[in-house]
Amino acid sequence: MMSRRDPSPLMRTTTGFLFVGFICLAFADIAVTTGDPWKEFSLLLEGLVTPDFYKTDSLALSLAYTMAFALLGVALANVIGFGLALIFHSRIVRVGCAFVRAIHELFWALIFLQLFGLSPLTGVLAITIPYAGIIAKVYAEILEEADRRPLAAVPVGTGRASTFLFVRLPDAWAHFRTYSMYRLECGLRSSAVLGFIGLPTLGFHLETAFKEGLYSEVSALLILFYLVIATMRVWMKKPLLPFYLIGAVAILPWSIAFSWAHITRFFTEDIIPHPIRAGGENMMTALGDWVSMLLYEQIWPGTIATVQLTMIALVVTGFLTLVFFPLISPLMLGRAARTGGHVFLVVVRSTPEYILAFVLLNLWGPSMLPAIVALSLHNAAIIGHLVGRFTETIQLRLDAVKGMNRYFYEVVPRIYRPMLALLFYRWEIIMRETAILGILGIATLGFYVDSAFADLRFDRALFLILITALLNICVDAISRTVRAKLRLQTSLEER
Amino acid sequence: MTLKAIIVAVAVAAMTALSAGQASAAEKFVFTAIPDQDESALRKRFDKVAKYLSTTLKRDVAYVPVKSYAAAVTAFRNNQVQLAWFGGLSGVRARKLVKGSTAIAQGKADPFFETYFIANVSTGLTLSKDFPKAIAGKTFTFGSKGSTSGRLMPEFHIRKAFGKVPQQVFSRVGFSGNHSRTVALVQSGAYEVGATNFKVWKKGLANGTIDPKKVRVIWKTPGYPDYNWSIRGDVDKAFGAGFAKKVQSALLSMNDPDLLKSFPRASFIPAQNSDYAPIEATAREVGLID
Repeated sequence: MMSRRDPSPLMRTTTGFLFVGFICLAFADIAVTTGDPWKEFSLLLEGLVTPDFYKTDSLALSLAYTMAFALLGVALANVIGFGLALIFHSRIVRVGCAFVRAIHELFWALIFLQLFGLSPLTGVLAITIPYAGIIAKVYAEILEEADRRPLAAVPVGTGRASTFLFVRLPDAWAHFRTYSMYRLECGLRSSAVLGFIGLPTLGFHLETAFKEGLYSEVSALLILFYLVIATMRVWMKKPLLPFYLIGAVAILPWSIAFSWAHITRFFTEDIIPHPIRAGGENMMTALGDWVSMLLYEQIWPGTIATVQLTMIALVVTGFLTLVFFPLISPLMLGRAARTGGHVFLVVVRSTPEYILAFVLLNLWGPSMLPAIVALSLHNAAIIGHLVGRFTETIQLRLDAVKGMNRYFYEVVPRIYRPMLALLFYRWEIIMRETAILGILGIATLGFYVDSAFADLRFDRALFLILITALLNICVDAISRTVRAKLRLQTSLEER
Repeated sequence: MTLKAIIVAVAVAAMTALSAGQASAAEKFVFTAIPDQDESALRKRFDKVAKYLSTTLKRDVAYVPVKSYAAAVTAFRNNQVQLAWFGGLSGVRARKLVKGSTAIAQGKADPFFETYFIANVSTGLTLSKDFPKAIAGKTFTFGSKGSTSGRLMPEFHIRKAFGKVPQQVFSRVGFSGNHSRTVALVQSGAYEVGATNFKVWKKGLANGTIDPKKVRVIWKTPGYPDYNWSIRGDVDKAFGAGFAKKVQSALLSMNDPDLLKSFPRASFIPAQNSDYAPIEATAREVGLID
């Protein structure tokens, strides 16, 4: 018989989230609406094994642009983020960073498209700005958690600058380097995805090829993309970095004109709510109507769908992680099988969830199902990888049980806390991505943002983006509270 | 040491960028077109047109592809393109944003353009003279959010027939992105009903991409003005007096069937801004323009 003692806070939280997830799922639209999804899927598979590298116009150039945007964006973000990390104790800096990173790079790009058009500045800044916010936070945490023992050995009277440069920085530097490599990988993904809204990167051709069912072309584009990411550690060498950066600047088409007038116009006209621009006697009433129309018709349904999708994806990610991590865990599988597991997880996590969702939407039609699967697969592959690596540090007794008993009674209980920590850490990331999937036609907040941009109503677009950012900041705060309460910690390597 | 190298690199890079920006500001006449169908073929379609305009106007003309209707309008507004092949609605939006810009040409078919409502045969719906009210409760896809024939006009007729917004009429409403995709989605059954541009429909029937055993037309809207070539008002200042006129006559005298096929239009005829007043009024009524 089960004992009737109170469940632990960990279990209570788990049950709570499962409950919310299932309630959300009960109300979700998860129908497969395509007539013959398997036929399209077999066409896709056929295309994937018959890549055609000669179909795409200027393929090499779009690959070069993809890398150039990522390199410049991430390099600039590193410089700015580092600077901000040094003054991260200032409240304004902290809030500012939280705000800029709460807005997805695709939204930033949609905004910059209005300011700079298709100029490379749009792509570079769309990556730089949110990434600087993320990097500042992570670098500040790294500095904070760095080994403090060397500080004790510093002679009295040493200047602050020297202390920082020779005592605190060296320890943190290795972490910075590892983290910037990870950011560069993210940057490559972001850069590719920016093509979906018109920048000349791989995503530009990928979107068209997918839409028209040219799967051999899709295959070629994806293979190139994976190759660039998989070989990153080979080509990304420190002494080569300056050459890459100069190369990146040299190939981007900076000639596209941009004018200050456009920028001024954006801030002084475009984003001012229409009723205020129109003016007149009834301005305040009109403004009230405008806000309440947005609130009832777009923000409310959009927020519901965003939260709903986020919660379902979070729970499904948890389940999938439990399936994925054994694939690379030495506690569960032999060496040969683990190699297969590693390849599988690398491919799934290197595919941007936006692209994954796009593929599944084409196969299954526009319900929440493709979004749930895409978000969960991508995030579970990331968390599964980290949890799998974590199990390498676990020592089991020599006579420990095997098979399912080992999984349920020895391994899962040991990885459960770190897994939850990672899940809650990615909660906000999942939500940011959920909003953006609206661009693909799922009715989250991103759908309304995209509609506003399509109607050239930048006032509405910006208002909606602000709401999206606030929602993200809220989730981030809740996640931090939950993690603090349950004493869940992620280590630096896992961010 | 490395930090210094990076700083130097960034500085050099920035200088190169600035000088490159100034050097190549030379006047090139650039145009774009809304990505309304077969997006993979856009470059093939319009590079030919760029070549034709280059020879006729005796100056460098380039085509830039864009991903969305809104991007075409923005490029026109920011003077990154000076000429554009717009739809009715995108043209109205663009000309409202650029003072002095004008519609200078339209396809021969454009003053009487039509939207076809199409349905998968599984619905059992067939061609009718009156608006097919039986589409209520089905799944429905528009084309691009900013399309005239794929969004504005069908939405207008749906609202008129039912007195409700499409989201309340249908069980699911989607935006396919472009006209050829609308046809493909309805043909595959992903959506039961859709609205598409009649030119794209006829082209698909002619070249065999549409299977009449799977999808058919169930209603044709009354005619309305649609596509147009619009040009910025400041081109005469930038490219020499009478330049807009020259562009117009180049477009009107385009008679190579291979070029015209890419639109697809039989020929181009003159157009003026007032031709599109009905579109603006409809867009206002549907709430797509403030």
